[in-house]
Amino acid sequence: MNDKEYIFQTKDLSIYYGNFKAVTNINLNIERNKITAIIGPSGCGKSTLLRAFNRMNELSTGTRIEGGIQFAGQDLYAPDVDPVEVRYRIGMVFQKPNPFPKSIYENIAWGARIHGYNGNMDELVENSLKKAALWDEVKDKLRQSGLALSGGQQQRLCIARALAVQPEVILMDEPASALDPIATLKIEELMQELKKDYTIVIVTHNMQQAARASDYTAMMMLSEDGKRSGTVIEFADTTKIFTRPSDKRTEGYVTGRYG
Amino acid sequence: MNQLKTTNLRRKHRPGESLIQGLLFASGFVSIFTTLGIIYELGKEALLFFQMPEFDFWVSLTNTVWQPQAGEFGIWPLLTATFLTSVIAMSIAIPFGLAVAIYLSEYATPKVRSTLKPVLEVLAGIPTIVYGYFALMFMTPLLRSIFGTEIVQVYNTASAGLVMGILILPLITSMSEDALNAVPRSLREAAYGLGATKLEVAVQVVLPAALSGIAAAVILGISRAVGETMIVALAAGAGPNFTFNPFVGAETVTGHIVRISGGDLSYDSVDYNSIFALGLLLFFITLSLNVISQRIVRRFREVYE
Repeated sequence: MNDKEYIFQTKDLSIYYGNFKAVTNINLNIERNKITAIIGPSGCGKSTLLRAFNRMNELSTGTRIEGGIQFAGQDLYAPDVDPVEVRYRIGMVFQKPNPFPKSIYENIAWGARIHGYNGNMDELVENSLKKAALWDEVKDKLRQSGLALSGGQQQRLCIARALAVQPEVILMDEPASALDPIATLKIEELMQELKKDYTIVIVTHNMQQAARASDYTAMMMLSEDGKRSGTVIEFADTTKIFTRPSDKRTEGYVTGRYG
Repeated sequence: MNQLKTTNLRRKHRPGESLIQGLLFASGFVSIFTTLGIIYELGKEALLFFQMPEFDFWVSLTNTVWQPQAGEFGIWPLLTATFLTSVIAMSIAIPFGLAVAIYLSEYATPKVRSTLKPVLEVLAGIPTIVYGYFALMFMTPLLRSIFGTEIVQVYNTASAGLVMGILILPLITSMSEDALNAVPRSLREAAYGLGATKLEVAVQVVLPAALSGIAAAVILGISRAVGETMIVALAAGAGPNFTFNPFVGAETVTGHIVRISGGDLSYDSVDYNSIFALGLLLFFITLSLNVISQRIVRRFREVYE
């Protein structure tokens, strides 16, 4: 239909926890090297949807999907697809910073090592930390525990850790919600740098963050038919979502009137 | 203007609070008091032993014969037997116990887990005397049929050690599994998110993070092995024997205490006093194990919070 390159394409995607249908009928095209934000009120399935992109959901028993997700033209949920490989190509940064209780160096090196990286590890650690804008702050204490850093630094360490395995996509699940405004701003600046090389999908509660940082925005809501299942009600350019949304509910939400 | 309701801020008398606090303190004190009592009693009787004119500490240190009535006070034969049974037991209990713990916490489905855990707990609840007979009636014949009756004696430390390993396994499993379960889910997710396999997550992320708990489990297991009595009394042999051959009979420290105290024993005899000295020795072995483990753990554990 056009010359845009899509890295993810979901088709009638529904996600279940046991019998509960948490997310219904998602049809999203995520463009490569862009930042796509998923916004919406609490409990509407944003994180569930995000975790479907790297098959993180199936770590909890009883989850399954209907429909499908194409990742660079491949069916992500095909029977012969290895979820370990999927998570290797599609990295994730979590809501609460969760560095390993290892040294800063080891936090970065571990992921690369398990994937058999045999280049210069010192260089990889340095580059990853530089890309995550953390190098200058930690270069003299690489042997210290990652947990000795501040919350904002820990989150950038987690981003550096995700970058070190050289994924195609980075999924971010409210990466700044546990951080102060300055650390949040740093993460947002970082995202602009990273989108040159990576595709970013970010779940956020913070309207300003979505408006400032993303190229596209997907607005999610719980269905109003009593089944309480989340779905995307509007997906468009971020500017359009925040200035001329076509759905009344989106308008209400982004202007802070409800949600 | 209305008068403020809160005018009296003075401390109220709460007899219930003080009573509960006192009771809690007392129950905490009971265990401390018991420990002190044990040390006192052991020390008092052991002192009588050490003060005997026949006993010479430096001579005993190199003596390999334990025959108190003949004036031979070499502790080594008892210690080697305790060492042998404990090493054999731990070489079963640590690897298998940890493997089961990792399986239960990282691999097992909730259904498998809810069946396997109670079974393990039953295993831990079997009286040790039953284990003793199991060693004597099952493990020993098994060893003898494998290695030959000329090599394996009827009473031997291998059989006792192996069965002791089975006894200690559930303890290691249960404590290690608690430690593994306490590792936050977010750490596992971090590792899975990097494309780690289950094995990599379990062994390289969860296990190191749970190390302090696992080390505690191992040390407790060793203390249990050193102090375990019934199995060795039944299956390991009756009579001090200075040997490192696991297929011949040898008496452990605990086994010796049981046998001596089971016989006719007059107060203030050499035998009587000697078993208190042995008890004191056991006490110090387990105490130092605990101290060492705490040091090791403090040094190597990965603190995740």
